[in-house]
Amino acid sequence: MALANSAVVATPRVGRLGSHAWLRFGVRRLGRLLVSLWVLITASFLMIHLIPGDPVRAALGPTAPAALVAAKREEMGLDDPILVQYWHYLQGLFTGDLGTSMISQLPVSDVISQRLPATLALALLAFVFAVVVAVPLGVTMGVLTRRGHGRRTELAFTTSSVVLGIIPDFVIAVVLVYVFGVSLEWLPVAGNDTPSAYVLPVLALAIGPAAILSRIIRVEMVSVLDADFVRTARAKRLPKRTIYLGHALPNALTASLTIGGLILSAMVAGTVLVENVFAWPGLGSTIVSSILNKDYQVVQAIVLVYGVGVLLVNTLVDVALALLDPRSMIRED
Amino acid sequence: MSRLKSVIRTPVGLTATILTVGVLLLAVVAPILWSDDADAIDTANILAGPSADHWAGTDNLGRDIFFRTLVATRLSVELALAATAIAVVIGLLLGTASFVLGRRSGRLVNAGVNIAVAFPGMLLALFFAVVFGVGATGAVFAIGLAGAPAMGRLTRTLVASVSSRDFVDAARVAGVGRVRILFRHVLPNISEPLVVNATIGAGGALLSFAGLSFLGLGVQQPSYDWGRLLFDGIGSIYVNPAAALAPGLAVVVAGLAFNLFGESVAKVLGVGVVAGIQLPSSAPAVETTSPVDVAHHDADDIVLDVRDLEVTFPGPAGPIRPVRGVSFAVRRGEAVGVVGESGSGKSLTALAVSRLVGDPGRVDASRLELLGHDLRAADSKALRKLLGTSLAMVFQDPMTSFNPTKRMGGQLAEVARHHQGMDRRSALARAVDRMRAVRITDPEHRAHQYPHEFSGGMRQRAMIGMGLMGSPALIVADEPTTALDVTVQQQVLDLLASIRAADDVALVLISHDVAVVGQVCDRVLVMYAGKIVEDLPAADLAATARHPYTRALVAAVPDMHTDLDRPLAVIPGRPVDPADVPSGCAYAARCPLATDRCRTQEPPLETDSAGRRVACWHAGEPLPIEILDRELAEVDTQ
Repeated sequence: MALANSAVVATPRVGRLGSHAWLRFGVRRLGRLLVSLWVLITASFLMIHLIPGDPVRAALGPTAPAALVAAKREEMGLDDPILVQYWHYLQGLFTGDLGTSMISQLPVSDVISQRLPATLALALLAFVFAVVVAVPLGVTMGVLTRRGHGRRTELAFTTSSVVLGIIPDFVIAVVLVYVFGVSLEWLPVAGNDTPSAYVLPVLALAIGPAAILSRIIRVEMVSVLDADFVRTARAKRLPKRTIYLGHALPNALTASLTIGGLILSAMVAGTVLVENVFAWPGLGSTIVSSILNKDYQVVQAIVLVYGVGVLLVNTLVDVALALLDPRSMIRED
Repeated sequence: MSRLKSVIRTPVGLTATILTVGVLLLAVVAPILWSDDADAIDTANILAGPSADHWAGTDNLGRDIFFRTLVATRLSVELALAATAIAVVIGLLLGTASFVLGRRSGRLVNAGVNIAVAFPGMLLALFFAVVFGVGATGAVFAIGLAGAPAMGRLTRTLVASVSSRDFVDAARVAGVGRVRILFRHVLPNISEPLVVNATIGAGGALLSFAGLSFLGLGVQQPSYDWGRLLFDGIGSIYVNPAAALAPGLAVVVAGLAFNLFGESVAKVLGVGVVAGIQLPSSAPAVETTSPVDVAHHDADDIVLDVRDLEVTFPGPAGPIRPVRGVSFAVRRGEAVGVVGESGSGKSLTALAVSRLVGDPGRVDASRLELLGHDLRAADSKALRKLLGTSLAMVFQDPMTSFNPTKRMGGQLAEVARHHQGMDRRSALARAVDRMRAVRITDPEHRAHQYPHEFSGGMRQRAMIGMGLMGSPALIVADEPTTALDVTVQQQVLDLLASIRAADDVALVLISHDVAVVGQVCDRVLVMYAGKIVEDLPAADLAATARHPYTRALVAAVPDMHTDLDRPLAVIPGRPVDPADVPSGCAYAARCPLATDRCRTQEPPLETDSAGRRVACWHAGEPLPIEILDRELAEVDTQ
């Protein structure tokens, strides 16, 4: 009697918990995003103030007249109390005013909007390429090497993917430039004027992540294929394709997605190095030249853009994870 | 020391160790030996390609790239180690903050670490490189600080795992200060994983440093590390590609060395030394198969017919055979229990008759038929449909037997969609109907939920409902109640019984629990070491079981009449290892009735006039404990 009662009462409660979980997840995830964003903005603001010495003097050089430096400081509001500066910085961010480059005198927002598309295109193409290669490769390798099958295939695959995964992207870039640009002269090695110019930078950025991702997917596939629910799917006598792609893959992906997110956000930073090898007209080459020129306003803004990109990637990954495996909403600490 | 040996024992570990030692050695000796060669300016050979004099060519001052790459080892390694040291020290401070400061103050630190960890190291390094300024010193701090959050989080996890252990609690109770506990008890216990991760971190720092120097933000001329050489080399890649490739190769080799060495050590520390797998016995298993007498049953009535079933797995030294010739038949509507200890082959028998023994196992039988269809045939759509609709499986652990990423309704509906050609909607309707049939309340709503929203008993009922999607003639249930609460077990057993009664479905119930089998089943097969040792009606279990093993199993179950003043009966010894089955009767070593004959000659499974089967030379003879009982009873009456 008691059992029957509790079952009847429990049903609607569980139902409400279902939508509750999504709401709770949404609120908490949004909260974390906002806090991280605030930390990021504050850190980028403090960056200029943490630099020892006078950033304006550093940018304009030791020969610049003192009056010019003072005027510039005045213009940037560097002599105001720090909280006032912080307030102005936040205001500026909301109105899209990121300050003015000390070197080119251009509005920083213009620099960003000019350079961002090239970087975005590079990162997205590389990510898509990495996933398109890694998922089928990892799944195939998982199926081929499950339960101790294909020991040699496994060894060859694991070894090569470990090595490829460790080689830093800029070294891969250099090798690609040498092989396809210098030796074979097949592909352009600088700029982004032609579609063929995309090939090497995208490859350089994607090879390492694709290697790591496919290795993770293989390991996950192998362990998922041994899971009880795959045995259940086999007991349902489903076709192999359905078992591998319908039952095993989604579960292998949930585990891979977390690390996939880390790889993707590392890719955002990886563009900096790859862009510098290929003279890619994106944020990466701009930030390095700006650091060397001590054009801190630009550096500050680009760091912010990269940071926001990483935060967005992380949030998207968490949402995808929640869609793929609803338990992850609850698991999250 | 022995651990280091086991690192070297694997090919990867050996390679990594050699490379790491080589890199470190080179870092020490290269500047001493070749500094002059590396700095010698040869104006006659500016930007020359590789030659006998200059293996990797020369740079724009005619300096030898090969020697410069070797000499750069020291600076590259030094800077990486310095950055790692900073990362470890700050990481330790961050990671132990909540232990030292207490949970509340530590929380802020932890939150900060969590946020920082979300950003890629290279981005943090760039940020700090701006703050600390361009140059080698700035880059060391930048990379060190960039690595600190990850190190901090690792330390925190490790500290948390140790700080709840007994000896830390004991120290705390004894009034030892937190800092003292940290240094005396916590840190020594986490030092190994920390060192391993620091080694891997050093590999990462080396690569990051090369990256910063390559961007021109790290080491500045006239100093040079590998990144700087690469930076200089890429400019002249069309003239002398080796100038870029040589330092690039060095970076990769060194990075690999640290990474792989760390990983290899981690593997050894984490897993420990794995003992070798036991060798199977050299004595070949004696194959005695006895025909099952099924003549007196109506052949049409047979749902499942199994003869001489064997399951074989490849072992490290020859095949291992956990199921060694099992024959039985199950009639329509009959409930057959299979009991035995773990390792007796009962679950594998269930999987084999369901065609679910996965790679690399092999199933052999002289007959294996479900409803007259040969299950030994090659996989085909027709066979899949037969199995998918006529055979229902219920597995032991309902928690893990459903796909966590799919809704329950869909998981049930799949069967109807694939085997009965239903569209999505009618398949789902059927699934809801079946869920109702297994007494799941509010099935329309439940069908849209995920497995984790179901309780264990409800999941097991849903699993049975999944089997009812078709029109099963046989349900194979492998320990269906073992993972469930006692209160729920009875519900599931009742459900199975009612389905059997309603639709005349046969049931094969695998269990280690003689009581459960005795309650639910008509007939019981007792398995030991991959063979059936007794086959008898369930009603006869308690009173007239003849095999000493069956009797021991029954005696091990306490009931209302068990004398609680006496210890509960246990079966002495251990179950037989399938890789090492003794000759003679496999149970002889544990059997109180065993004689020399039992140890040498395997008893055949013999059928008596009532259709009961038993494999024992001493079937039905009184056990010593029973003799003791009788004597005690006699003493009592006197």
